[in-house]
Amino acid sequence: MLSSWFPNVQWDVVLEATKETLYMSAISVIVTFILGLALGLALYLTAPGNLWENKFLNSIIAIIVNVFRSIPFIILIILLIPFTRFLVGSMLGAEAALPALIVGAAPFYARMVEIALREINKGVIEAAKSMGATNTQIIFKVLIPESTPALVSGITVTAIALVSYTAMAGVVGAGGLGNLAYMEGYQRDNADVTLVSTVLILLIVFVIQWIGDRFTTALDKR
Amino acid sequence: MINLHAVRKVFQTKDGEVKAVDTVDLNIKQGEIYGIIGYSGAGKSTLIRILNMLERPTSGTVTIGGKNMSELSSKQLREARQEISMIFQHFNLLWSRTVRENIAFPLEIAGYPKDKIKKRVDELIDLVGLEGRGGSYPSQLSGGQKQRVGIARALANNPEVLLCDEATSALDPKTTDSILDLLVEINQKLGLTIVLITHEMHVIRKICHRVAVMEKGKVVEEGDVLNVFKNPKEPITKDFVKQVTEPEETVDTIKQFIEEFPEGRIVQLTFVGGRAGQPLITELIRNFKVDVNILQGKITQTQNGPYGTLFIQIKGSDAALSNAMEFLNSVQVEVEVIHNA
Repeated sequence: MLSSWFPNVQWDVVLEATKETLYMSAISVIVTFILGLALGLALYLTAPGNLWENKFLNSIIAIIVNVFRSIPFIILIILLIPFTRFLVGSMLGAEAALPALIVGAAPFYARMVEIALREINKGVIEAAKSMGATNTQIIFKVLIPESTPALVSGITVTAIALVSYTAMAGVVGAGGLGNLAYMEGYQRDNADVTLVSTVLILLIVFVIQWIGDRFTTALDKR
Repeated sequence: MINLHAVRKVFQTKDGEVKAVDTVDLNIKQGEIYGIIGYSGAGKSTLIRILNMLERPTSGTVTIGGKNMSELSSKQLREARQEISMIFQHFNLLWSRTVRENIAFPLEIAGYPKDKIKKRVDELIDLVGLEGRGGSYPSQLSGGQKQRVGIARALANNPEVLLCDEATSALDPKTTDSILDLLVEINQKLGLTIVLITHEMHVIRKICHRVAVMEKGKVVEEGDVLNVFKNPKEPITKDFVKQVTEPEETVDTIKQFIEEFPEGRIVQLTFVGGRAGQPLITELIRNFKVDVNILQGKITQTQNGPYGTLFIQIKGSDAALSNAMEFLNSVQVEVEVIHNA
């Protein structure tokens, strides 16, 4: 039945493309989370009045974050070609998409981390200081746990953005569902392939949103 | 225990210098409950934060338990802070942690092993009366319960000093009293020195042994709570004392007394210390041929004894009246004749 409705869809190819999309998304989400968290913390901590107040460092990080956040993703991929070649050795395949995905998404997430941290009541940090906490203890026992729901909802939004970035990366040779929709669907005029790819991407996005919402609600004890 | 010498704190703002704390000297003894009262903006919040170096003084020295606080290295300061804990107006609990985990927080910071933390948290939950609430999150607690968690958390490391930053200002009157009772209880049980700041004279009256009055960064008056109540010198202190001893309408009421009770004498008796408990009025009626009519009165308890005022009307022959007045003057009561018909 499936073959009569979708005559041009090769399901083993679709499965392979889905795997590639999931792989690119998963790895880039994990690395973006770690990098973005570190950058966001650095942005927050060096801001005036905070633990590592440092005007110079703060403006440097802010500039880097703003520049990379503002470059359109498709241009970023092209700009990063030499860097990717150096790192991965090739411009083809899922791995080659990762540097651009991470460089594009980490600054975006860093801003969200910074906003989440700024929402923390300053009094709680003062209380921790009054108990003799070290800065490291304040970061790991106060700042991160107290902003967890916002950090999780932030990474959910970022993950969804990353799924659509993978589709764009796919068009320039990284594989995955975006590549399938463009090369097999659009270029060969197989509308059914484009449709199946789109539906699968939507499914992935819905599942990410659902998981993210579940976690955010469960973690928020306010 | 706590010594402040010529402590100043100046903030630089766009509009110039602001002297938040201006040359303050204080001496707080071990085991006492010391109150600092002032209106908002008087500098008391800054002053209490200078005690644990959350604010660094611009000049002057702060000595706590023999340690000069501003000369400590950051490691020594962190250790000293475990001995000087603090509770806050808005509690400042970690909402992501349960009651138990909040109380365990300072113990984790101090590096206690897990099994010891558990035991200590159990003791503290009992001490502050939060049995059965250990698994709740702060958002599920009332204001009074949150402050109990704050107190338990502050006591976890067996501190020598407890700083209270407007600890009851966000609570309703009944809850305020229960938290104040708890503070007195831990002061007596643990011999802890308590320094508190407030804008409510009620708090000073109820639990403090000594009080300092702050205005515009300076301590303008200081002393035993009872003495300050009895003999307030500065206008601002008189204002604060009035908060608890006189109902606001007193001036009007006295005028009314004079109109309504034109005969005899209207006398204001001010009780300070032990005398308030003694049957003064009974003696007055039994020993002198006078009629006594109680018009209005308010006796409040302080940590050093009762304090209060009583308005009475005394009627009788001139001789009896003068004898009665002589008697009143002979006992430890201040007598002021307000109206003499």
